[in-house]
Amino acid sequence: MRFILRRLGFLLLSLWAAATINFVLPRLMPGNPAILMIGRFKGQISPKALHALELQFGVTNTPLWSQYLTYLNHLVHGQWGLSLTYYPVPVSRIIAQSLPWTLGLVGVATVLSVFIGVMLGIFTAWHRGGKWDAILPTMSTFTAALPYFWLALILLYLLGYLWHWFPMAHAYSSTLTPAFTLPFISNMLYHAVLPALTIVISSIGGWLLGMRNNMVQTLGEDYVLFGEARGLKSNRLMFQYAARNAILPSMTGFAMAIGFVVGGALLTEVVFSYPGLGYQLLAAVQNEDYPLMQGLFLIIAFSVLVANFLVELLYGKLDPRTRGGASQ
Amino acid sequence: MSQAAHTDAEQAAVQAPVKRSSRWKEWSGILKRDKRPLVGIVILLLFMLSAAFAPLLTPYNPSATQFTPLAAPSWHHWLGTTASGQDVWSQFLYGGRISLSVGFFAGFIATALAVILGMLPSYLGGWIDTTMATFTNIMLVIPGLPLLIVITAYVHQTGPVTIALVIGLTGWAWGARILRAQTLSLSRRDFVIASRLAGETQWRVLIGEILPNMLSLVVANLVFATIAAILAEASLEFLGLGNPSVVTWGTMLYWADTGQALLNGAWWWIVPPGLAIALVGLSLSLINFGVDQVSNPRLRLNKVKVARKPRKGAPS
Repeated sequence: MRFILRRLGFLLLSLWAAATINFVLPRLMPGNPAILMIGRFKGQISPKALHALELQFGVTNTPLWSQYLTYLNHLVHGQWGLSLTYYPVPVSRIIAQSLPWTLGLVGVATVLSVFIGVMLGIFTAWHRGGKWDAILPTMSTFTAALPYFWLALILLYLLGYLWHWFPMAHAYSSTLTPAFTLPFISNMLYHAVLPALTIVISSIGGWLLGMRNNMVQTLGEDYVLFGEARGLKSNRLMFQYAARNAILPSMTGFAMAIGFVVGGALLTEVVFSYPGLGYQLLAAVQNEDYPLMQGLFLIIAFSVLVANFLVELLYGKLDPRTRGGASQ
Repeated sequence: MSQAAHTDAEQAAVQAPVKRSSRWKEWSGILKRDKRPLVGIVILLLFMLSAAFAPLLTPYNPSATQFTPLAAPSWHHWLGTTASGQDVWSQFLYGGRISLSVGFFAGFIATALAVILGMLPSYLGGWIDTTMATFTNIMLVIPGLPLLIVITAYVHQTGPVTIALVIGLTGWAWGARILRAQTLSLSRRDFVIASRLAGETQWRVLIGEILPNMLSLVVANLVFATIAAILAEASLEFLGLGNPSVVTWGTMLYWADTGQALLNGAWWWIVPPGLAIALVGLSLSLINFGVDQVSNPRLRLNKVKVARKPRKGAPS
């Protein structure tokens, strides 16, 4: 219970930190960039919206702390301002439309990549020094170094443009309307194959290498040797004895890995014009649509933080040592 | 007094070369057993040399737009030309200069910050350590690329130097966390306690005793921070957040994408810069395989032959 509370405390603290970064950044920059943006949109949007923008980005004479309190208040109540690119659509609606695409794509791709990566890591560590131990880790160091967006471009060129195996862009065919019907879902999955493949190929190497190295460590432990001496079946030894203990340190790396994967996925979306958060983020940046950019950054950071929180809870469940406090 | 000084100097003179040669032996031993770090060094050197000697390897200016647009690779243009008639091979060579410099510069900043922010608080302890550890953990979980995108979008007019600074200043958290843990573990070891009891100042203990013992971790961190920096730089520039008129591997990909290289079948424009980024990343990871084996002997590839050799002068 105390462990959960501590993790929850950290989640809230990091959420607050992300929100504060969002508040501070435009005000910290030399010559507040928001002034330029507001000047650009003068006359194009209603005076009320203009005033709201001025408040949101600190182009007022009100003291900083009261700006900050208003900002937090608006944030909590879901008033994230109006997008300028899609004026007058609220930022929250654009986020609500694009978040499911990113969550689906990144979620499925990450689960696949973790599962396959960890399994291959177990396999190579078990046969360490063998043929596959020479090939797979070297290959995964190469794929881990591939830039996501470049791999996406290459896959797009080969499988989309040259061989016509997969569609070249978008999340579903423009002739279909989103619905829970078999043709739409299959069409959607068909469009998701290339982006998901990009994410899996780029991120699988890290899981494989991490798992292999941890597994090599646990295979050197005395209890594995003892288990072998007792004549345990190799399957049991491999999964119940070695892999189970080796997988724990892999999960602490999740914090950085998930942030990295999400970053890569955003670029992948840009290449495939996939209507998720990354695609919208680029549109926001290109149009200097700061309200949308702020909202997208927050929701991306929030999702990553919550994902981390859930994994930490799972980790606590798997490894009693991390819960701490009990022995003291 | 002079006697004591003499023996001290003598001892130091005897010890120093022994220490150095043993470290050298450790490194060469690893390289002998495992060829991967060597391959990494060769690939990295190849890229660095080709970037440094770019004017000797190509007759063309990378920005000159005087050639037939979108020409396929030929004897005159080894990697073809871009949509605006630039020579891809020259862009590739000159672009490597900036991409590599930005990567190493940002990696260096991130590592230096990681060393300072990781070692110092954990050694000082108390509330400074708790605060810094929490801060590091927060920086670690906030996704890096979106943060970079937002910062560079606010900055406007970002050149390679700004990008390197931003990447370096935001990319230290992972290293700081690892180095903090290692400092904590080392500061409880006997040799650190002994030197503390002998009256060494905190600074000397930190720099003279703890830092040298985690040098391999620092190097590993430099390697990873550099890979991450090269990737981040390319990503930002691909999105058009860099200065598009500066030729780098990232801006090459940006122009290739906006110039519809794929729809024109101009693979020669897209493949080289990305492949170069991946190969540099690969070479650094391969080098890191060697560094890892210094800090973690269990990862070493052991062959029975080495163990059987009788060791001369081994302590009995």
